[in-house]
Amino acid sequence: MPQILFIEYDGTEHRVDTDAGRTIMQAATDNLVPGIDADCGGECSCATCHVFVDPAWLATIGGPGPQEATMLDLAPERQDTSRLGCQIEITDAMDGLVVRLPQFQM
Amino acid sequence: MSEPNYFEYPIPDPYAIPVEDIDVSDPRLLEQDVWGPFFKRLRAEDPVHFTENEVFGRFWSVTKFNDIMHVDSHHDDFSSEPSIVIDDQDADFMLPMFIAMDPPKHDEQRKVAQPVVAPMNLAKLEKLIRARVQTILDSLPIGERFNWVDRVSIELTTQMLATLFDFPFEERRKLTFWSDVATATGSAGGIIEDERRAHLLECLEYFTRLREERAKQPPGEDLDLVSMLAHGESTRNMEPMEYLGNLILLIVGGNDTTRNSISGGVLFLNQNPGEYDKLRNNPRVIPNMVSEIIRYQTPLAHMRRVATRDLELGGKQITKGDKVVMWYVSGNRDDEVIERPDEFIVDRAKARHHLSFGFGIHRCMGNRLAEMQLRILWEEIMKRFHMVEVVGDPVRIRSNFVKGYAELPVVLHSH
Ligand code: HEM
Ligand code: FES
Repeated sequence: MPQILFIEYDGTEHRVDTDAGRTIMQAATDNLVPGIDADCGGECSCATCHVFVDPAWLATIGGPGPQEATMLDLAPERQDTSRLGCQIEITDAMDGLVVRLPQFQM
Repeated sequence: MSEPNYFEYPIPDPYAIPVEDIDVSDPRLLEQDVWGPFFKRLRAEDPVHFTENEVFGRFWSVTKFNDIMHVDSHHDDFSSEPSIVIDDQDADFMLPMFIAMDPPKHDEQRKVAQPVVAPMNLAKLEKLIRARVQTILDSLPIGERFNWVDRVSIELTTQMLATLFDFPFEERRKLTFWSDVATATGSAGGIIEDERRAHLLECLEYFTRLREERAKQPPGEDLDLVSMLAHGESTRNMEPMEYLGNLILLIVGGNDTTRNSISGGVLFLNQNPGEYDKLRNNPRVIPNMVSEIIRYQTPLAHMRRVATRDLELGGKQITKGDKVVMWYVSGNRDDEVIERPDEFIVDRAKARHHLSFGFGIHRCMGNRLAEMQLRILWEEIMKRFHMVEVVGDPVRIRSNFVKGYAELPVVLHSH
């Protein structure tokens, strides 16, 4: 059972156990981690599930796809490590993954 | 813009006519608040629905939540050019604005304007907005009938716009006027087309002066929108009509929509006394209620696209060049996605999952500003008043695009 560590903008940590096949966005909303709105419900159409992937994990996770990259443009706090949580499907290899949350969702 | 003499026939009973004759572009449906069953029937029997009429030509109506989401997030298949309302703009008086542009131009222009309404900047504005809300509410008469639309909804949204533009505060009602002029079609605003243009050119002149003034000042940190447009690389040399288009976009975008959500919230709480009680007992429900108000009101009833290729949608064959209209007002009442969609429920689960702000690359840029205004307003209302009581029938606006109110008579009761 992969465990994901979410770190809020103010430093608050949330360690959640999740299942392979869920998305990062779902892992957060399933466990009431604040700071992920997911207004579109995971359709890659709202950019309110914006997260920063810990640099150590970037190679495992990979970068955004084309539609995701376009939507990330809407996120004012976008960085090189930005991804949309609903577009990252969790695998067993992601056990221990660390993602940080932006100050605001768009 | 064409004015529908065409719609002078009596509004039909939507269940008494063949489904193919249903025409949801009739602007009286929103005005007379009878739109519900028209869309309900389409969602059930013909969710992607073809209409051809003398006013708007041929267009498809998309009425289900998920189909709307699909169209909205596939901007390659569904272009926003040249216009995002059913009606085509007059070709000789086109106002180019990024809401009606496709990438890459859309993306460039949106990037320039976005920081002013980004949450980071809004956090700085919160105190000022709260102070203005307090002043407006404290000036209202208790126990006396007045029009909530004018004294609160319009006043508050106008003040917010003046703040965003750093517009001369005493002249702020010009913003309201220009917004009304820009959205008026024919008799709807009582203004004929030539006059309308003259007023919009006046607006352009005014803002051109502001832009010239601000362009001379060095770019600072707390930039207002006019300064941003004046200094932004992709916007500072905008053609006059393009500049006007983008101003109008922000004026209209930030005006009618929020205004009508402010009025709508008061009306819905009055129609649902149990929900008003929930709010009184637990004001912490306000942020959730704000999303529910925006869903239930759906201040912009539709956005329109044009198919860029032949494609299939909901089993219908759409031809390249066809107009495709996403009826948010219908999708927000789709029971396949939203439980008990016709009910107004302040503590609804997943209240943010609504279509009122659209989705995809054109998703409303001002959504956080709108939510913040409504949240602060309701926080301050609940501190002051036991009830904002609606004491007469609302007067609604005749339009198939802006869903809103001209009048909402109320009486305030203190705690
Ligand atoms: C409750 C209030 C509001 C509602 C319901 C609303 C609704 C919408 C909708 C439906 C769209 C088009 C979305 C799409 O095509 O997918 C939109 C776009 C836009 N809105 Fe809003 N709006 C509101 C408030 C505001 C405010 C306060 C502002 C600005 C000050 C604003 C500025 C804009 C702009 C600039 C766009 C164009 C975005 C783009 O094309 O990329 N809106 N809005
Ligand atoms: S939930 Fe909307 S983009 Fe991820």
